[in-house]
Order: sequence, then structure tokens, then C-alpha cells
Amino acid sequence: MARIVRIFKMVEDNYLYTLRFLDDRLAYAFRHQPGQFLMLSVPGAGEMPISISSSPSRPEVLEICVRRVGRVTNALYRLHTNDVVGVRGPYGNGYPIQEMTGHDLLLAAGGLGMAPLRSLLWYALDHRDRFDNITLMYGAKRPDDMLFREELVSLVDRTDVNCLLTVDADPAGTWKNYIGLLPTLFGHAKIEPARTYAAVCGPPVVFKFILQKLLALGFPKNRILMSLERRMKCGVGKCGHCSIGYKYTCLHGPIFTYWDAINLPEMI
Amino acid sequence: MKILKLRKEKLDLFASVVQQFGEVHAPVEQDGKYVFKRLRRWSEARLEYDRTILPPKKYFLPPRETLFRYRPGEGFAPCSEGLDQRTILFGVHACDIYAINILDRVFAGKYNDPYYQARRRNIVIIGIDCSPDQHCFCRSMRADFVDHGFDLFFYDTGDYYQALVGTALGDDMVLASGSIFEAVDAADIDNYKRRSWNKRRAFQLEVEIRDLPEIFEMEYQSGIWEELGGRCLSCGSCSMVCPTCYCFDVADDVELGSLAGSRARTWDSCLFASHALVASGENFRGPRASRIKFRFYHKQRGFVAEYGRPSCVGCGRCISACPVNIDVVQVIERLRGVQDAGSR
Repeated sequence: MARIVRIFKMVEDNYLYTLRFLDDRLAYAFRHQPGQFLMLSVPGAGEMPISISSSPSRPEVLEICVRRVGRVTNALYRLHTNDVVGVRGPYGNGYPIQEMTGHDLLLAAGGLGMAPLRSLLWYALDHRDRFDNITLMYGAKRPDDMLFREELVSLVDRTDVNCLLTVDADPAGTWKNYIGLLPTLFGHAKIEPARTYAAVCGPPVVFKFILQKLLALGFPKNRILMSLERRMKCGVGKCGHCSIGYKYTCLHGPIFTYWDAINLPEMI
Repeated sequence: MKILKLRKEKLDLFASVVQQFGEVHAPVEQDGKYVFKRLRRWSEARLEYDRTILPPKKYFLPPRETLFRYRPGEGFAPCSEGLDQRTILFGVHACDIYAINILDRVFAGKYNDPYYQARRRNIVIIGIDCSPDQHCFCRSMRADFVDHGFDLFFYDTGDYYQALVGTALGDDMVLASGSIFEAVDAADIDNYKRRSWNKRRAFQLEVEIRDLPEIFEMEYQSGIWEELGGRCLSCGSCSMVCPTCYCFDVADDVELGSLAGSRARTWDSCLFASHALVASGENFRGPRASRIKFRFYHKQRGFVAEYGRPSCVGCGRCISACPVNIDVVQVIERLRGVQDAGSR
């Protein structure tokens, strides 16, 4: 059981919830890997899988980014600070951090795809010595649709990370970063495919165009990491809903390589 | 393994001993078909049955199972109703025991399922030999014999049942029945071998499962899936009657006017349109063709990669249950068939 300690509206219908386990010992002991997810219960509504947006390098509280879209997320939306929810996990494989250590990182996200990538981003920034160059490419429709906007904008001036933010359109005319579709950011980044791991997350259209770009650059297929979503009821490889071919998204994923995707045709 | 024999007339006597160990369930005739059911009296049991409508999985993974209850301020309380019920399944066929062994592996592993495992510990399985009918292809699926997963297994050898004792509890049942079981001799073993040979020849259906995963990969784009999708009604009957289909849905039931309630899991099917539907409206297996393809793939190809064998045991239930006559044996035969007549 965990208490909602903070609710922060990020963009329309998307909220950042900060959770803390009621049991202090659990709050201290809980550890996850970037890319893993939780099963979150809202009493009276049900249970759902949700990415962990906070980094294990900043423990004791968990942050989740939730879009109001289904039964459980709408029930969560009706809760207030200090209300209690059920949490089990962490589940899933997470990013292969050990394998990625010592390499360059390219994080590419579109729209809500920033939610799972934020955990990896802060993990890498908090363990800056373990990685070489770090590039973030994030695209949203408008500045108002950008998750973690203030936080990410403040990274733009940092010299130890190449933070590239773009919007498709800027109706208010106040956006000071890039304007254009996500793949155009490749023109502003220096990527060396031979020493880079790419982590990609977003709607299908983002996967499509970013993957094209990465393959054209010559990325090895097993170094393109994708975070996938599926319907899940158990989170532990039993209920069958999240299976893709012979892989369970909850057990073998949610992080899959592009090579996995080629072998499991319905993956993306 | 301890192997004994029991004179057929003494089976009734043995059944009366078994009843002292728990509630006996066995195949019972119902509207011309068979169902596993609690016996009111031993004479109801039909041990020479073809197949039950539902497989024994209903005892291990009930169609609906409450997992826990919750109440505001009190938190979650696991529900353990029925988990310690000692049930004896008398007369389970080899393919069904094989299927239970498969479920054992699915519900074990890193995330052990305590509900399934508790029921499994408390359910006694007494297997019985059978002869194949027109829908059986368990031999092709290597599930016509089973070497573990039962407490006792009876092979019909004519005047006797040859009894394989699989567990200590099975042995206790044998010992509790006094001296009605006898030792086997060389003639009994020969008798068994003869019967085994005859059973082998009695199969009317055969499929080749070697390299089937590879053929499934090659035929991923085959037109057969669209055709089957056009016929399939998405009724899910094949999943419900399948001894190894284990997909379940989880939903909360909330008491009216309060936040107290319970969470239960119920059988689900990958043929249902909602199976891969997520809250955003994206459906990863929307078209019916992709759903029925997935079911075949998961049974015959995906499971092989994960567990080293298909999850199909060849019991024939999906063939007899399908309202539009989709027949797994025919589907596999068509996939294996050579399309280009010139290359034969």
C-alpha cells in the first residue's frame, strides 16, 4: 500500500503522481531498474500496469506519469493527496544497464513516450560517470503537450547532456527550442552508432520513423531498445494478455530490442 | 516406480477406500456427454468415457476465483476459500494429466502462483488408461503416456488394472486398502506391452510436430489465417475446453455504495476482441484473423520456444467443441502441405 504524496498536473489529462509506501521500511528497501513498471491498484476500480518515471537513483518515493484514459486511470484521477493505492512490483526486465554502461546513450521519445524514458534519463545523469555522451531527443505536438517540460528545458543549458526538444507547432509563439518533427533532431545531434545504445519510446508513428533513421545510421539491431505497452492483468507472466508471439511483455519486456521485434511480427 | 495390479472386480472396493481420503470426483454422464463431477455414489462414475466437456483444469484454475477482498482502512485480505479442499479426481486420462503438468510449469517459476499451487497440492489424481477415438491425437503430441503428475495410474490389461504408484499418498491409498493389490509378474508386463502396441495402432489422427515451429514461421503470412478468421465466431469455446489454455482476466467487484470489494480472476480467451485492447483504444490483435492466428501460434510455436514443447496435448476437445468445425489437425496438415504441385 502506498500513499499519494503529490499530484502535479503536467499537461492536459496527464498527471505526475508521487507515491510513498505506507511502510517506511518498504519505502527504503524498494529498488527498481529504469524501464520497469508497477501494477497499481485503485480500490474500487481495479489494477493497471504503469511505467515508473522516477529513477532508482532517487529512492524512497516513486513517480508515475498517468494519462486519464481508462477505468483505473479515471478512478486514480478522482483520488486526492494522502489517499492510498495498492502497489506491487517492480516488474519487467528494465533497461540492460550493465550492457549499456560505458557506451553513448541516445534517448528518443515522442509524446507520452517520455514517461518510461525519464527513469533512464535521470539514472544516467545521476551516474554520469558510467556513460559517455548522452543525447535526449524529445518531440511533442505543442509545448503544452510536453511532459516534464520545465525539467527538460532546464537540461538544455547543461553541457554534459545534449538535450534536444522539439514541437510540431508552437501556436503561442513562445517556444525557444526546435520546431519540427522528431526525426529532424538527428540533424542537430552527433551520433556514433558503433558506440551507442538507443532507447526509443512513443506512439507507433514514432517507432516507425525513429527506427528507420536509426537503421539508416547503421545501428546494430540489438542496441535499439524499445519500451512497449500491452494489456496486462497479472504482471507476472500468467494471464496471457500481454503475450507477443512467445514473449510476455511483462516478463521478457517491456524493454525489447529491435531484433526481438523482427522475430515477433506483431510487436510494433 | 512401484507397479502393482488390481483385479477389476476389486475396483469398487478400492474406490470405497479412496473415499476416506477426500471428496471423490469422477467422469459422470450428462446429456450424452461426460463431466467431472462430485460423485454421490461410486456407481455414477463412468471410467470408460471419451472426454469430458471441460478438462480437469477447472479444479486447479476455477472458471472464477476470488483472489482477495478489501475494505477501506483494512487493506487487502487474501481469499483462501477452497484452497485446502482435499479432492480426488478419479479417472483422469493421460493427456489431461500431461496438461496439468504443463500448467504446473506455467504457474510456477519466478512468480509462483500460490492459489494454483495450493490447489495442486491438495488434489489427488488417479489416472486411467483410454483408447483413442476419431478426435484424439495425443500420441502425435507425445501426451498419450504420462510418467509423472499422478498419484496412481491404472492401465487396463484385461482382467486386471496395472497400477503405477506415483506418490507417497498414492502408496498410502494402496496400503489402506489392505491386500487387494497384487504383485505383477512377467506375463502381466507382456500383457501391458501388447495393449500398448494395440493402442498405438488405434489412432486415426496423426500430425507431425517436428519442425512445426519453423513451418509456422514460414507460413506467418499464409492466406489460411484470413480464411480461418472469416469462419471463427470468436466464441472462445476452444479456449474454455482446452486443458492448457490458462489466460485469465482480472476484475474488481465493488459493493454498492462503498469502496469495499473483491478482486477475482476469470477464464479469458485470446479470441475475444478485448484480449489485447489497451485503454487508449489501441488493439494489438484487433482483426479476428490475427486473434485465431495468435492462438495457433502460441500453442504450437510460442510455447515450444518457452517450454520446449507445444502446449497442445491432442485431447481433441477443441475439435469437438468448435461450432464452425475449425480443426487443429486439419489446420496443421494444410500448413504442412506442399502448395506447389509442380515441386512434389
